[in-house]
Amino acid sequence: MMPLSLCRNGDEVEVVEILGGRGIRERLFEMGIYPGVKVFIVNNSYHGPIVIALNSARVALGRGIAEKIFVKPLN
Amino acid sequence: MISDLKKQKVIKVALVGNPNSGKSTIFNALTHGHAHVGNWPGVTVEKKEGKLRYKDYEFIVVDLPGTYSLTPYSIDERIARNYILKEKPDVVVCIADSTNLERNLYLLISLLETGANVVLDLNMADLLKEKGIEIDKDILEKTLGIPVVFTVGTKEEGIPELKEAIIEAKERGFSQFKIDYGKDIEEVLSRLEAKISLTNLPYTPRFLAIKLLEEDMEIIEELRKMGYGSLVEEILHEVVDLEKKLGYDLKTKIIERRYSFLKELVKACTKQIASKEEKLTLSDKIDRIVLNRFLGIPIFALIMWITFQLTFTVGGFFAGYIETFFEWLQSLSSTYLQSIGAPTWLSSLLSDGVINGVGSVLVFLPNIMVMFLFLSFLEDVGYMARAAFVMDKIMYAIGLPGRSFIPMILGFGCNVPAIMSTRTIPSERDRLLTILINPFMSCTARLPVYIMFTSIFFKSNQGLVVFSLYLLGILVAVFSAKLFKSTIPSLKGPVSPLVMELPPYRLPTLKGVLIHMWERSSQFLKKAGTIIFAGVVVLWFLASFPFGAEYGSASTLAGKIGKFIAPIFKPAGFPYWQVGVALLFGIIAKEVVVGTFGTLFGGEENFDKVLPQYFTPLSAYAFMVMSLLYIPCIASIGVIYKETGSFKWTAFATIYSLLIGWLLSVLVFQIGRIFI
Repeated sequence: MMPLSLCRNGDEVEVVEILGGRGIRERLFEMGIYPGVKVFIVNNSYHGPIVIALNSARVALGRGIAEKIFVKPLN
Repeated sequence: MISDLKKQKVIKVALVGNPNSGKSTIFNALTHGHAHVGNWPGVTVEKKEGKLRYKDYEFIVVDLPGTYSLTPYSIDERIARNYILKEKPDVVVCIADSTNLERNLYLLISLLETGANVVLDLNMADLLKEKGIEIDKDILEKTLGIPVVFTVGTKEEGIPELKEAIIEAKERGFSQFKIDYGKDIEEVLSRLEAKISLTNLPYTPRFLAIKLLEEDMEIIEELRKMGYGSLVEEILHEVVDLEKKLGYDLKTKIIERRYSFLKELVKACTKQIASKEEKLTLSDKIDRIVLNRFLGIPIFALIMWITFQLTFTVGGFFAGYIETFFEWLQSLSSTYLQSIGAPTWLSSLLSDGVINGVGSVLVFLPNIMVMFLFLSFLEDVGYMARAAFVMDKIMYAIGLPGRSFIPMILGFGCNVPAIMSTRTIPSERDRLLTILINPFMSCTARLPVYIMFTSIFFKSNQGLVVFSLYLLGILVAVFSAKLFKSTIPSLKGPVSPLVMELPPYRLPTLKGVLIHMWERSSQFLKKAGTIIFAGVVVLWFLASFPFGAEYGSASTLAGKIGKFIAPIFKPAGFPYWQVGVALLFGIIAKEVVVGTFGTLFGGEENFDKVLPQYFTPLSAYAFMVMSLLYIPCIASIGVIYKETGSFKWTAFATIYSLLIGWLLSVLVFQIGRIFI
């Protein structure tokens, strides 16, 4: 378990848990970021927002949110 | 009509889909660009509606704003949801990105739960081959009980099949498909459904039951208003008890069940036939550069600089011709009217008022169209989302989300569409703040004022002076945002975090960009045109009354008003009644300032001789600062009122900008005097 914000470019991870208020959690769920989904880290510069891949879609997440999404690496 | 032998059967069709699912390409392919762009009642979100005939049917197609679900987070999403729930269109076409099935189907099952007649449109089907994926649409049709079609919106492929499917869905009625939420939840649902079916609410019992389990605030409020408060309380209590018993959050569980069903379904209907796709697409590789920590902002600045350069060179080129044409029309009409012996006031109204007024609006159209052409292109390419990404950190420091940056950029074109574009900002607080600071972004209408003065007083460094005004506008916007955020209680609070989809880069079709540009420009034309036109007629009256006085002279009403307000500008270095009048009329539209100067200082061709008698370079600069900041134009004030829905905020924005404009122009003049 580690926060999404610490993943490296090219990592494949599975979302385990999303902390944070109800509104933001549901928003993420409905965008397809929910516990159990596999995501791929496209762009994380450890500064500013991070870009992840959900299949063919690319979603930008602010750092604050990326710190609240906990993932486990899939290797 | 009795004479109608063949009565057209009308089908109301709504298009819904995730953002970036190619919804607008399908809309354009169905309606062939013959869309009527209006507004949704009560809000300024644009409503695109088009008609088409197919066989003996007439389709009325409405394009709804993009949304991920039926839980609304922004005004846009609320509109989509309410249209489906309240207007109850005959058929809802759910447009999905074929290459991202699971997430796009989430919206589809939310739609099915409302009891709508749904068609699933698997769009961007041409990308499936590229990615080596095959989708078996028969499995989807069977499982979901709805017609499914493949389309390629950009190439207008699959559109006839889509039309057929719409008719089929209309005739078939709604699907019996239900998601199985598991034993515990299903038990509660059937209990609630039994309770709800005793009432006569305008929704299906199952839909309502699910929404109540999800504690959907909008539905709950609505039921309370309809007098079902006690039933709602009872159900909410039940939900709390159940959550205690089960030990998990029901809403989360419901969403998870939907996804686990979708996972199975997607697995069953898709096959990966070719080898796995490349992990990093071309878009990702471009983004590595465009979103780079160090390169992102310089790249963005360069793109904006090119946009502005071309806006002013290309737009200015056409503007010159339009100006010449209207001058010719003015002299032609006054000569003609005099020759037929029409009264002087009529010829004056027509040439000084109407033609002059229409001309002053149209002169800006090329600038605005070129600006919108670029901005539409950047948006359709997919760059605008990246701009928000790149600016997120900087904006955060100001106390605004990255998304607020796009309206600020659009503000350089025209504040009216810019303020409208704030509706995609999910947080109401961030949205309000973005609206309030938008008028400080210097729009194209203010440019002629700068040009008028810089060409006389700052010949050698015109570009630099104009640029300094743009910069000042940005600084005032940033300063105001920080000030409001720290002093106004209702605007305090954390910035809403960035959660935004980055569409893949696409080369848009010229037609698509042109349609997009025209939609925006025509909105500006309608809004600005009507208001400016009315304003010009009022201006003409004030400048002519009492009739017989010289047009715009000190003895007219306008002159009297100008005399009254002129002393206010003494500390800023321009205490002249003509300037007072010009600023007053500038509220109609900023470019009217130039026209009014022309009227009151004896023609624009004499400016270089006349203006130096009234202004020094310093007071000219102070006046430009005033023009930049004081009171937004009427069209902007109108749109601020519409978007905030609050008289209080509109008055606040107007008064604040007047104060800050006056204060800064006085500061410029007084501090400047010490040095010069």
